[in-house]
Amino acid sequence: MRFSWSRWVGIIVKEFIQLKRDRLTFGMIIGIPVIQLILFGYAINSDPKRLPTAVLSADASAYSRTLLAAMQTSGYFRIEKNVADENELEEMMAHGTVQFAVTIPENFGRKLVRGERPVLLVEADASDPAAIGNAVAALAQIASSSLNRDLGGSLAELKAVASPIDMRVHRRYNPEGVTAYNIVPGLLGTILTMTMVLMTGLAMTRERERGTFENLLSTPALPIEVMTGKIIPYILIGLVQVTLIVVAALLLFKVPMQGNPLLLYFVVLIFIAANLTLGITFSSVARNQLQSMQMTFFFFLPSILLSGFMFPFRGMPDWAQWLGSLLPLTHFLVLVRGIMLKGNTLDELWPAIWPILAFMLVVIGIGLGFYKRTLD
Amino acid sequence: MTPENQPRARGEAARDPLHRGSNPELVIDVEKLNKSFGTKHVVRDFSLQVRRGEIYGFLGPNGSGKTTSIRMLCGLLKPDSGRGTCLGYDVVRETAQIKREVGYMTQRFSLWEDLTIRENLEFVARMYGMRDRKEAVASALRELNLHERQDQLAGTLSGGWKQRLALAACMLHRPKLLLLDEPTAGVDPQARRDFWEEIHGLAAKGISVLVSTHYMDEAERCHRLAYIAYGKLLATGTPDEVLHLFRLRTWAVSGQPARLVALAAELHGEPGISHVTAFGNTLHVTGEDEAELEKAVSKYFDEKDLAWRKAEAGLEDVFIHLMQSAPEAEQ
Ligand SMILES: Nc1ncnc2c1ncn2[C@@H]1O[C@H](COP(=O)(O)OP(=O)(O)O)[C@@H](O)[C@H]1O
Ligand SMILES: [Mg+2]
Repeated sequence: MRFSWSRWVGIIVKEFIQLKRDRLTFGMIIGIPVIQLILFGYAINSDPKRLPTAVLSADASAYSRTLLAAMQTSGYFRIEKNVADENELEEMMAHGTVQFAVTIPENFGRKLVRGERPVLLVEADASDPAAIGNAVAALAQIASSSLNRDLGGSLAELKAVASPIDMRVHRRYNPEGVTAYNIVPGLLGTILTMTMVLMTGLAMTRERERGTFENLLSTPALPIEVMTGKIIPYILIGLVQVTLIVVAALLLFKVPMQGNPLLLYFVVLIFIAANLTLGITFSSVARNQLQSMQMTFFFFLPSILLSGFMFPFRGMPDWAQWLGSLLPLTHFLVLVRGIMLKGNTLDELWPAIWPILAFMLVVIGIGLGFYKRTLD
Repeated sequence: MTPENQPRARGEAARDPLHRGSNPELVIDVEKLNKSFGTKHVVRDFSLQVRRGEIYGFLGPNGSGKTTSIRMLCGLLKPDSGRGTCLGYDVVRETAQIKREVGYMTQRFSLWEDLTIRENLEFVARMYGMRDRKEAVASALRELNLHERQDQLAGTLSGGWKQRLALAACMLHRPKLLLLDEPTAGVDPQARRDFWEEIHGLAAKGISVLVSTHYMDEAERCHRLAYIAYGKLLATGTPDEVLHLFRLRTWAVSGQPARLVALAAELHGEPGISHVTAFGNTLHVTGEDEAELEKAVSKYFDEKDLAWRKAEAGLEDVFIHLMQSAPEAEQ
């Protein structure tokens, strides 16, 4: 029998009507991105102030006092303690009692006056990168403007150089220095994984559990018509979700868009397709909705943990990296970052595209193997 | 080379009446179908012939394999062994063609409860690729008096209305054969009567119907019957033929309910008595041999609170008798 467009359209229409009536699912589809956007959006926008800071000062000049006072008044830093030695400083960082450790070297003031650009070492606990971003950005500004004021007059010529000090920021515990921008690709990826796999996973098992599958099977509808017809509404939903998140990212959170938006939609479609095939396969394998849901979460957890969304990918042990590289989300994060932040082209993206396609092929193979054409 | 020897395309063969089973008048012609689920042999050597325009009743206790047999006929289950045709199409290989021309009403309501009546019918019409979808849906709504409720969600309908909707849906594409699996279970008597009027009207138009049921009055309204138990077909024939399969004799006895309960226990298993069945305030005592039966019951004739009379054995008596003589030890 041949593929029938009339039957296919019939299935799509039915799915849309059912989706419209299923308030809970519909709410989830719109609600998940909105809630996550608000939650993470807050994280992106958050501008934490009064971060605990420890200072190890080996210089007693007026300049170092000026610098510390300026840091305090900026509102970003709350100087908790002036420590006497490096070990204490290290311990406070390791325990997380302070977010920043500032080390002012010997002869800071003298070197400054001589125009030798003394080193100011700032160690930051970057395990929560969103927390320190603004403070670090502000620090350079605070240092140069406060010191420049003090240096005025006889030392005016020193202002000519970009900054009177050589500030070195060490991000600790998160060498990659994941930025808040990473949250947008991550959000796109997790929301799509969640909704696409879950919704399609439920699509077939729901029919089976309610007994309507028997009716569907007794009509001439072909498996390919049923499967693809059920997928279409979710592709559209996925695209709506993506648009929602991307627009919010651009407008509200000022995430740059270096690359081609069409390219972004192209890789999004590939990613959606991979997740939908997985969902349909889950629902072919699962006996009921609960099992399908369990499979989804079983897949969702490693996707979140091992893809580089939660933890920096290169910071993970080898086995975890290897596992992570099997997951579409891992490559999707690379793709979206590449397009939005670096303006990558298709050529440059290919190494992250083919693993998703390969994943899809394997999953389709498994799914067709399990698809039941009868009630057996 | 004669034309007969030339190879034919399979599709062509299917359209040729000569190749439709042995007898073109048979809409269902299957032989020795078997089906197991795991180690459970659910249908054994099931053979059935249904003629065009016939209403064929399919009876048997719960779990005897009726639904499984029907599903094998319309391509929803693949038989483990056996062969046969449905509307001339092979039940194993040509299930796609069978599905197009058969209307199957499932035992459990299986339309979409979150769609309205009209949406359900439109969906079904689309699945069968009907060109005159709008008219077909409109006339189905009209004929089954579903018009006023067309925008009601199917899930909110009562049992009788659900059954009407299911019937409308399975007849929408004008099938040649209807397979109805316990269509009247849980439906009130008036609705059942209406339903059977409808079925007889369809049969008069040449549509064949295979209908499974538990109701004896419905069995009597069929042209032919098949009785299945433990996956085995035990009897087939017209209601009259089935009724006279055995020379069953029955005595009816009425009296005090409490006494009747005790009497039933006393008579149960006595020589000459095959079974005792309660019908309201009467007991039917049935046996195969007139003399032996009379010998067994005659000792109670003098009991003053009991009134004995001879009665006709009904289909139900025959089926109970069939069940008891079936080799259920195999299970
Ligand atoms: N899909 C299945 N898997 C396992 N057992 C089944 C399945 N379908 C039916 N059965 C079993 O087969 C037997 C016959 O069932 P069924 O054909 O529904 O009988 P009926 O319709 O006469 O009540 C029952 O014991 C039932 O439990
Ligand atoms: Mg049944």
